[in-house]
Amino acid sequence: MRPELHAEWTKLRTVAGAGRLLLAVVALTVAVSAAAAATVTCPSARCNYDAAKLSLMGIQVSQAIVAILAVLAISGEYSTGMIRTTLTAMPRRATVLAAKAAILTGLTLAAGTIAVLASVLAGRLILPGNGFTPAHGYPPLSLADAPTLRAAAGSVLYLVLIALLSLGIAAAVRDSAAAIGAVLGVLYLLPIIGSMISDPDWQRLLWKISPMNAGLAVQATTDLTDLPLSPWAGLGVLAAWAAAALFIGGQLLRLRDA
Amino acid sequence: MNTTIPSRSVPRAQRGGLAYLLRAEWTKFRTVRGWVLAVVVAALATVLLGLLTASGSHSSCPEGPCPSPPVGPGGEAVNDRFYFVHQPLAGDGSITARLTSMTGIITYPPPDHDEIVPGLVPWAKAGIIVKQSTEQGSAYAAVMLTGKHGVRMQNNFTHDTAGRPGGVSAASPRWLRLTRSGDTLTGYESTDGKQWTKVGTARLAGLSATVRVGLFVNSPGDLTVERVGLGGSTGQVRFTQTTAVFDQVSLHSKAAGGAWSRVEVGDGPGMTDWERFHRPNGLEQSGGTLTVTGTGDIGPLGAEGGQSIERTLGGAFAGLIVVIVVAVLFITAEYRRGLIRTTLLAGPRRGRVLAAKAIVIGTVTFVAGLAAAGVAVPICTRILRSNGNYILPVTLLTELRVIVGTAALLAVAAVFALALGALFRRSVAAVVTAIVVIVVPYILATTSILPLGAAQWLLRLTPAAAFAIQQSIPEYPQVISHYAPQMGYYPLAPWAGFAVLCGYTALALGSAVFLLRRRDA
Repeated sequence: MRPELHAEWTKLRTVAGAGRLLLAVVALTVAVSAAAAATVTCPSARCNYDAAKLSLMGIQVSQAIVAILAVLAISGEYSTGMIRTTLTAMPRRATVLAAKAAILTGLTLAAGTIAVLASVLAGRLILPGNGFTPAHGYPPLSLADAPTLRAAAGSVLYLVLIALLSLGIAAAVRDSAAAIGAVLGVLYLLPIIGSMISDPDWQRLLWKISPMNAGLAVQATTDLTDLPLSPWAGLGVLAAWAAAALFIGGQLLRLRDA
Repeated sequence: MNTTIPSRSVPRAQRGGLAYLLRAEWTKFRTVRGWVLAVVVAALATVLLGLLTASGSHSSCPEGPCPSPPVGPGGEAVNDRFYFVHQPLAGDGSITARLTSMTGIITYPPPDHDEIVPGLVPWAKAGIIVKQSTEQGSAYAAVMLTGKHGVRMQNNFTHDTAGRPGGVSAASPRWLRLTRSGDTLTGYESTDGKQWTKVGTARLAGLSATVRVGLFVNSPGDLTVERVGLGGSTGQVRFTQTTAVFDQVSLHSKAAGGAWSRVEVGDGPGMTDWERFHRPNGLEQSGGTLTVTGTGDIGPLGAEGGQSIERTLGGAFAGLIVVIVVAVLFITAEYRRGLIRTTLLAGPRRGRVLAAKAIVIGTVTFVAGLAAAGVAVPICTRILRSNGNYILPVTLLTELRVIVGTAALLAVAAVFALALGALFRRSVAAVVTAIVVIVVPYILATTSILPLGAAQWLLRLTPAAAFAIQQSIPEYPQVISHYAPQMGYYPLAPWAGFAVLCGYTALALGSAVFLLRRRDA
C-alpha cells in the first residue's frame, strides 16, 4: 500500500485547494465557536448550559469544509479524467480508496486537533467573562476534566468520520456537486425533519440514526441521561454511516468503469 | 470563395435578444436528463418527506377525540376563558363601571418555584365587555385594565388598542365605559367619571340585536421556558388568578336593571387546589360593589396550541438542497465542458446570458416547488387531522402565501445558487456556500443551544431569514408566548424575511454579471 499512499499524498499535497481548505477548517471552527461562546451569557447558577458543547459549536459549520476536502479528493479526479490515470497506475482500486481514506484521516486529524484545541482555549478565555464562573458551577474548561477531554477528542474524531463518510459518498456518486449535495443532505436534513415531527418516539429515532445529531452527542458533558444515546454510542452511529458509505463507494469503484 | 455562413434560422436582429437566449437556455436545461430528473426528485422528496412526517405524528386524548379549541370570528384558534358577570343588552346602550382594586396571585413563579405569591401577570385583565353570547369564540369588544399594560380596548381576540398606562388603587380608581351603537362599539376611560377619553372603536360586523354585556376578569397562565436536551425547550404554564372590585356600575339601555347572571366562560373540568381551598372564581356582591375573580385568557392561540400548516413542509429542505445542486451545475457544467465559450460567442451580451439562465432555473424550480407545496400542504394536513392532531386554522390567503412563498423561496434560492456558481465557477464551493448560508443558520437557530437573541439575529441577517415566508401563525404583542424560531416564530415579517434572501440574491447576481463581463471565460 506504500506506493498508493505516496501517490495520494503527492496528489493532495500539490493541489492548490487542499491547504486552504484545511486552514479554513481551523479558522471557521475557532471563529464560530468563539462567536457562540461570546453570545451566550450565564447570569445565575441555574443557566444549565453545556460549556464544552458551546465552545465546540464551530464543528457544526466546519464539517462542511471537511466534506469539501473529502469530496474533492476523489470527485476532483473524475472531473479532470485523472481517475483513469490513477487506476491504470494502481489497478487495485480498493487499495486506492483506502490510501485516500488514510491520507484524509491524517490531514483531518491534524487540522481537527488544532481547531479543537484552539476552540477549547477560546472558550476557556471567553466563557468566564460571560458568567461561566466557578460560582455558577462552571470551572474553567480544562482537558484534564474527563468529560471535556472526551468532548474535545470526540470532536476531532467526528471530523475524521465526516471526512470518511464524504469520501465514501463521493466515490459512489462521482460528480462533485451531486456528492457534496448528498453529504450535506445526509448531515443537515435529518435534524431538520426531526425537529419538525411532533411525535417524541419518532423524534428520538430520527435523532439516533442522524449522523450529525448522534455523532455530536460526543460533545455533550451535561444531562447525559436525557440523550437517546450515550456519547460514544452516538459517535458509533456516525462510524457506522462512514463504514457503510466507504464500503458501498469501494464496491462501486471496483465494479464500475471509471 | 464564399465565406458567408449559409442557412441561419434565426434572423441576425434577434440573436442575443432575451427571447432567443431564454430558448437556448431552456433547451440546455431540458436536454440534460439528470437535471430534469433531479427537479422532479426535489418535488417528490418534498411531498414524500411531508407524508412521512405527517403519518408519523399521532396525537390522542384519554377520552376519545381531543377537544378542539374555540375559533374566533376571524377564523383563528383562540383562548376564550374568563369569569363573566352579565345581563342582556337589547339594541344600543352603554355600560360604565368604576374599578377600585385589582389584585391577584401567581403560583410557584421562578426563581425557586416554591411558593404562591401575590401579584398580577402583565396581561391579567379586568373590565367591561360586550359579547355576542356566552359561547366561546363569539364576537366581543372590551375595555379593560391590565396587569402591567394600562387600559386597553380589545376586540375579536386579535385586535388591541392601548389607552393610558398605569394601575389602579382605591385612591386613584379607573373608570371604564363601553357604548354600543349599531355594529360600532366605542371604549372610553376616565379617572373621575366626568372627563372621558376615547380609547378606541371597534366594528363587530353582524352583531345580533340582543347581546350580553357585563363585567369580566381573567388572568393568563404564567409562562416560563426551560431549555431541555436535544436543543429544544419546553414551556411551563402555571395557574394565576385575578380579583377585581367594581362599583358604580351602571347600564343604560331600553330595558336596563335586571339581575346579574354569572358564568365561567370556557371553564375546564378540573380545579386547582388554590381554587378549591382558598378562592374559587366567581362573584361576591355587597350593595353596589361587585368583586369578581377569574382566570384564563381572551386572545389568539399561539403555535403551542396545535400544529401549524408549515410543519408539513419540512421536506422542502430536501428539495432545496437538490435544487441548489442543479442550479449550480446549470452554470458550472458549462465551465467544465468549455460550453461557456460557445454560449458567450452566441450571446455576447453576457449579462443577458446570465439573466436568461436565472429566469429559466427560477421558473423551473418555482413550478416544481409550487406543485410540491400545493400537494404536500393539503394532503399532509388531512393526514395529520386523521391522526388526531389539531391543525391551527388559517385563512385561505395565509395558506396560499405559505405554499406560493415556499415555491418562491426555492426559486430565489436556485437563482442565488446559480449566481454563486457563476462567481466561483466551481461547483463544490458554490454548493457548499449556498447550503451553509441558507440551511445551516436555520439549523443553528432552531435546533441548537444558541440563546434566543442570537438565534433571532441569525434569522434576520442570513439568507435563512426567508423561511419566515412559511410562518402561518403570527406573533401578538398582547399575548405572552414562547416566540422562538423552534416554535415557528421568525423575527422578521414573512415578506421582509423573504426580501433578505432576495437582497442577497440580487447582490450575488450583480457581482456575477460584473465578473462575467470582466473575466475571460
